[in-house]
Amino acid sequence: MPERPLSPFLTVYKFKYTLATSILNRFAGLILSAGLVMLVYWLVALASGVRAYAQARALLSLGVMKFLYAALLAAFAYHLIAGMRHLVWDTGRGLEKKTAERSAWVIACVSIVLTLILLYCFLRPAAYTQ
Amino acid sequence: MVEFTLPKNSKITQGKTWPHAPKAVHETEFRIYRWNPDDGANPRVDTYYVDRDDCAPMVLDALIWIKNNIDPTLTFRRSCREGVCGSCAMNIDGTNTLACTKAMDDAKAPLRIYPLPHQPVVKDLVPDLKNFYAQYASIEPWLKTVTATPEKEWKQTHEDRTKLDGMYECILCACCSTSCPSYWWNSDRYLGPAALLQANRWVQDSRDEATGERLDNLEDPFRLYRCHTIMNCSKACPKGLNPAKEIAVLKKAMVDRQV
Repeated sequence: MPERPLSPFLTVYKFKYTLATSILNRFAGLILSAGLVMLVYWLVALASGVRAYAQARALLSLGVMKFLYAALLAAFAYHLIAGMRHLVWDTGRGLEKKTAERSAWVIACVSIVLTLILLYCFLRPAAYTQ
Repeated sequence: MVEFTLPKNSKITQGKTWPHAPKAVHETEFRIYRWNPDDGANPRVDTYYVDRDDCAPMVLDALIWIKNNIDPTLTFRRSCREGVCGSCAMNIDGTNTLACTKAMDDAKAPLRIYPLPHQPVVKDLVPDLKNFYAQYASIEPWLKTVTATPEKEWKQTHEDRTKLDGMYECILCACCSTSCPSYWWNSDRYLGPAALLQANRWVQDSRDEATGERLDNLEDPFRLYRCHTIMNCSKACPKGLNPAKEIAVLKKAMVDRQV
């Protein structure tokens, strides 16, 4: 008797909005953790004196880093909003099938708006000039 | 453990295309997962054409039609053919449901049919549900009391009886549990939506006197708390129940008894 095969799962299962919001929340959490490492690098450089800080500054102000900052802000916005949805769920509310699907759309829209606001505040070219 | 790909012996290979029925005018194409424990080969997906003028409308009707007319080796479970027994649960068109209550016209053709996801396959569309049933047994699904048994029956008010609505209807078809990514990856320790819905059915029962004991049994990082509210379970349930909500009620009961 050969060993029983495992039936297919990820590759055959149909995409659901509530599934997408859940996996995105995890993904956003991972990105935020990576951002934390960057923050620690910056703080260590700050504490290690002028030369180390100048080096860190040169690295962190590279143009390509802007994409990374944008991703971090988006992840922050999404994780925050999706986390609030989880808080509501923990009270036992909002778990009807229709409501949960609608709230998937709501958190998507709200977090996009919040991301745009954050991007405007932090990354517009004139943000840090006097 | 989280794994994203199938083990070597489970990779799906090219299957065969079975001949059309003679003189068929309206046909629906089916792509069906096959695995035979006796030939030593990997699973494959076979293509069949069902003559719609000779076949009733449900997916189960089509499977029986294929078995009768094209390929008698096609293996699947079925019994009541009306959504009560839960035997014909399978993955149809990407979502777990009962073949007997799913109309062919409600799914996109070609109809792709697989066994319930992430389960060991016994043959073709028949999964091994030993673990699933053991988990159900672990929540001790019977009335537990300490007070003396009444002379007649255990009484319950209408309001208390209403609390069981949305749970007593569960037929344990395993559509929900096998739709859950958490269950795919932690079914050795996470009880899954079906067993948890059943657990809540006994926690909410006004006649049951072992509520504390039942909650103690679920107070575990895996058994209950691997639910991340992905809600695939509620989307899949062919009886229209909402396991995700019942699990949230259980989680809340855990907190409520501590404050």
